[in-house]
Amino acid sequence: MKKPANALKERRQINSNTLLLLITIALFFVMYIAGMIAYSSKGFTTVQTLCNLFLNNAALICVACGMTVVMLTGGIDISVGSLVALDCMVLCYGMANWNLSAPAAVLLVIVIGVVMGVVQGFLIGYLEIQPFIVSMAGMFFARGMVSVISTNQLSITADINQAFYNFANLRITFPFGATVNRQGVAIYPYIRLGVVIAILVLIVTFLILRYTKFGRGLYAVGGSEQSAAMMGLNVKRTKMMAYVTCSILTTIGGICFCMNGLMASTTTADGFEMDAISSAVIGGTLLTGGVGNVIGSFFGVLINGTINALVQTDGRLASSWPNILTAALLCVFIVLQSIFAKIKEKSK
Amino acid sequence: MENNVVLTMRGITMTFPGVKALDNVDFTLRKGEIHALMGENGAGKSTLIKCLTGINDFEAGEIRVDGVDHPVKNRSTMDAQKIGISTVYQEVNLCPNLTVAENLFIGREPMTALRTIDRRKMVKQADELVKRLDIKVDVTQNLENYSLAIQQMIAIARAVDMDCKVLILDEPTSSLDDSEVEKLFKLMNQLKDNGVGIIFVTHFLEQVYAVCDRITVLRNGTLVGEYPIADLPRVKLVAAMMGKDFDDLAAIKPEGFTYDADAPLEISARGLSHKGTIKPFDLDIHKGEVIGLTGLLGSGRSELARSIYGADKAQTGTLKVGGKDAKIKEPIDAMHLGMGMLPDDRKAEGIIGDLSVRENIILALQAKRGMFKQLSRAKQEELADKYIEMLQIKTASRETPIKQLSGGNQQKAIIGRWLATDPDFLILDEPTRGIDVGTKTEIQKLIIKLAGEGKSVMFISSEIEEMLRTCNRMAVLRDGQKVGELDGELTQERVMAAIAGGDSK
Repeated sequence: MKKPANALKERRQINSNTLLLLITIALFFVMYIAGMIAYSSKGFTTVQTLCNLFLNNAALICVACGMTVVMLTGGIDISVGSLVALDCMVLCYGMANWNLSAPAAVLLVIVIGVVMGVVQGFLIGYLEIQPFIVSMAGMFFARGMVSVISTNQLSITADINQAFYNFANLRITFPFGATVNRQGVAIYPYIRLGVVIAILVLIVTFLILRYTKFGRGLYAVGGSEQSAAMMGLNVKRTKMMAYVTCSILTTIGGICFCMNGLMASTTTADGFEMDAISSAVIGGTLLTGGVGNVIGSFFGVLINGTINALVQTDGRLASSWPNILTAALLCVFIVLQSIFAKIKEKSK
Repeated sequence: MENNVVLTMRGITMTFPGVKALDNVDFTLRKGEIHALMGENGAGKSTLIKCLTGINDFEAGEIRVDGVDHPVKNRSTMDAQKIGISTVYQEVNLCPNLTVAENLFIGREPMTALRTIDRRKMVKQADELVKRLDIKVDVTQNLENYSLAIQQMIAIARAVDMDCKVLILDEPTSSLDDSEVEKLFKLMNQLKDNGVGIIFVTHFLEQVYAVCDRITVLRNGTLVGEYPIADLPRVKLVAAMMGKDFDDLAAIKPEGFTYDADAPLEISARGLSHKGTIKPFDLDIHKGEVIGLTGLLGSGRSELARSIYGADKAQTGTLKVGGKDAKIKEPIDAMHLGMGMLPDDRKAEGIIGDLSVRENIILALQAKRGMFKQLSRAKQEELADKYIEMLQIKTASRETPIKQLSGGNQQKAIIGRWLATDPDFLILDEPTRGIDVGTKTEIQKLIIKLAGEGKSVMFISSEIEEMLRTCNRMAVLRDGQKVGELDGELTQERVMAAIAGGDSK
C-alpha cells in the first residue's frame, strides 16, 4: 500500500541532481539570450561573440574538468592556477631562452604536470594528508617556481618560435555567420586550436567518468570511501590517480592558456583555481564528493565566461562586477543544492 | 570434508592484550542452513566472525572451507570473498550515490572489447540478479532512493552473486522495521534453499526462532554448545547465553512495586506540545515512579519525552517540576531542574566516540556546572571509577576511548553520565536497544533501584515485556498523541489493546 507514494518520491529524488544540471544549462541560455537582447547594438548577437566565449575559456574548460575529477572524490586541488602559470612560464621561457622546440617545450610541461600530480596524489592518497593543505603547498611551490624562472613578463613572438606561434594562431573559420565590416568585407567567425583541444578534453573526460572503472571508482570513493574499500576498490590509488588526472588536464589547460595569450608573467592565471572550483560548483558538483559531472562544469565555465563577456560588452561597469555576480550565483547554487538535499532527506 | 558441511572452525583461540577473546571455539556450518551465532556482548561472536573474514588474526585453530583443500587463513575480507565467504554488516557498505546496478557490480563490471564498462550488459545482469532474488527495485536508480532494508538486500545480493558459499549477516535487522525484516527473512530462506550457508548474528531472540535452523552459543569466549533449534527453547537459550537461571529475568520487580497515586508529584505537564511531533498532552509523574511510554515506533514516545526535556522546545502548555513552575527552553535548563535524558540514538546523540570513558561520564555534570567550574582531575577519576564499578562497565581502563567499548557498555557509561548529575527525573529512551540480555537485565534492575531511591524514571522501550517488568504505570501514545494511561495490573494484552486502540478494556 506504500508503493505508489514511494514510486513518486523516487522519481522526484532521481531528478534532483539532473534538475540542478538543467537549471545550470537553462541559466546559461537565459543569460546569453538576455545579453543578446540587451547588447544587440554592441555586437553581442554575432556568432563570433559565442566563439570568443570559447576562445577565452578553453583553458578554464580543461582545468574545470580536472577540478571536477578531484572534487568527485571529495577532494580539492587549489594548485591548478599556479600550475597554469608555471606551464605558461616554462613554455615562454623555455622556447625563448633554452631554445626548446615547440614539441619539446610542450612535453616538458606535461612532465611537470604529471610530477606535480603524482607528488600531490601520493601525499593525499597514500599518506592521507588533507587535499587542501597539500595543494596549497603545491600552489605556493608552482607560483614560486614561476618567479624563480623569471620575474619579467615574457611573450612568444613569431621570432622566438615560429611553429608554436603559427600553431597558436591557426584559425579554424566557419563558413557561416559572417559579419560585414565597414569596408564591406565579410568576416567569418573563427576559433583557434585551443577550443578544439578543450572540447576534446571535455568529451574524453566525460567518457572516462562514465565508462571506465577508474571513472566509476571516483564516484564510489566520493560516495563512501569505506564502502568503496569494502567492495574491493583501491581507494588510495584511485585518489592518487584523480590528482594525476587533474594535473594533466590542468597542464593541457595551461598549454591552451599560453596559446591564447602567448605570454607569461608572475601573475598569469591568478585566481584561476577559484574560477575552476566555482564553475564546478555552479555545474552541480558537490564539494563533499560523489556527485557531479563535467557537462555541468562545462556550463559552469560558460556561465562564468558569459558574465565576464556581458560586463565587458557593457563597458560601463567596473571590472569587479563579474566577481560579485559569480559570488551571487554561487550562493544561489549552494542554497539550491542544500534545499534539494533537505527535500531528499525529508522524503526518506 | 564431511557431507554437506561448508565451513568448519576448530579450536579457534585468540587473545587480545590481557583478555582471552576466544578459547578453543568450534563452529560448523552446513549447506543450506541458517545458523544463529548467539552470545552476550563480549562473548566473542564478533571476534569469531572477524577471525573468519580475515580482520582478526587467530593464534591457534584451523578453519576449513568446502572446496579449499588446505586450512584457510584469510588476511583480508578480500581473501575471504575469494573463497566464497561474504559478510553483510549492520551498516550498509555500499555507495548511495551510485545506481543499484553499479553497486552490485563495482570492481567487477562487465567490460566491452574496448576495456570500457558495458553499461547495458551491467544493467541487464543486475536486473536478472535482483529478479532472481525477488527484490523489487529499478537497478538504474541511485541506491540512496531506496530504504535501508532494500539497501541491505542489495548488499546481500552483491555478496551472493560473488559465488558465495558462506554468508555472514552481522546484526542485519537492527535498523529495519517488521515488514522489512519479513522481506529479509524471505530472502534468507530463498538463499538457504539455494544451498548457501548463512551465519546470522542478532540480538533479537524472536528472530532467531523465526528463521534459524541451528544455534551456536558462546559465552566469555568459550563455546557453550551447538543446538538444533527445536532442542533449545527460548528460556534455555537465554540461560545458556547468560550462564545463569532464567528467574533473573522473570521477576525483577519487587513485591508491592505498584503505582502510588498519593506520592508527591515530580513532573506535572499540562497541555505541552511541539508542532508536528506531539499533540498537547497532560502528564503527572510522581516521585519514585517508573512511568513507561508505549506505542508503536513513530507514535511520539521520544517526542513526548523530548518536549519535557526541552530537546524540542514545547510551544504550548505549562510544566511544573517538583511543584514549581518551570520554563525549559533548552536541555541545560532541564538539567538544572534535575532532569537527565538518555537519547535513543546512542551513536549520534549519546556517546562522543573519541573521548575516553571518564570524559564521557563526567560530561553532563561538567555541562551542568558550567565551563568555568571545572571538575578536578581527581574528582573526575573518582566519579568515573565509581560508575565503572557500580555499573560494571567492561573497559580496559577509564581512559579507553568509548568507541572501543561494546554497545552495551557504552550505554552503561552514558547512564553513568546521568547518574553522576544525581537527577531527580531521568528519561531513558530505548536504553536497552541493541544490547545483550544480561546487560538489559542489569539496566532494568538499575531502573527499579533508582525508583526505590525516590527518583522518577521515564522509560521508553519497544519491548513490551521489558516495560511490564519495570514500569508501575504506562502512558500510551498513538499517532503523536497521548491516548491513555494504564496502571494497576499491567499485562501484555492490556498494553497491546491500548496501543491498538478501539474498544480496549
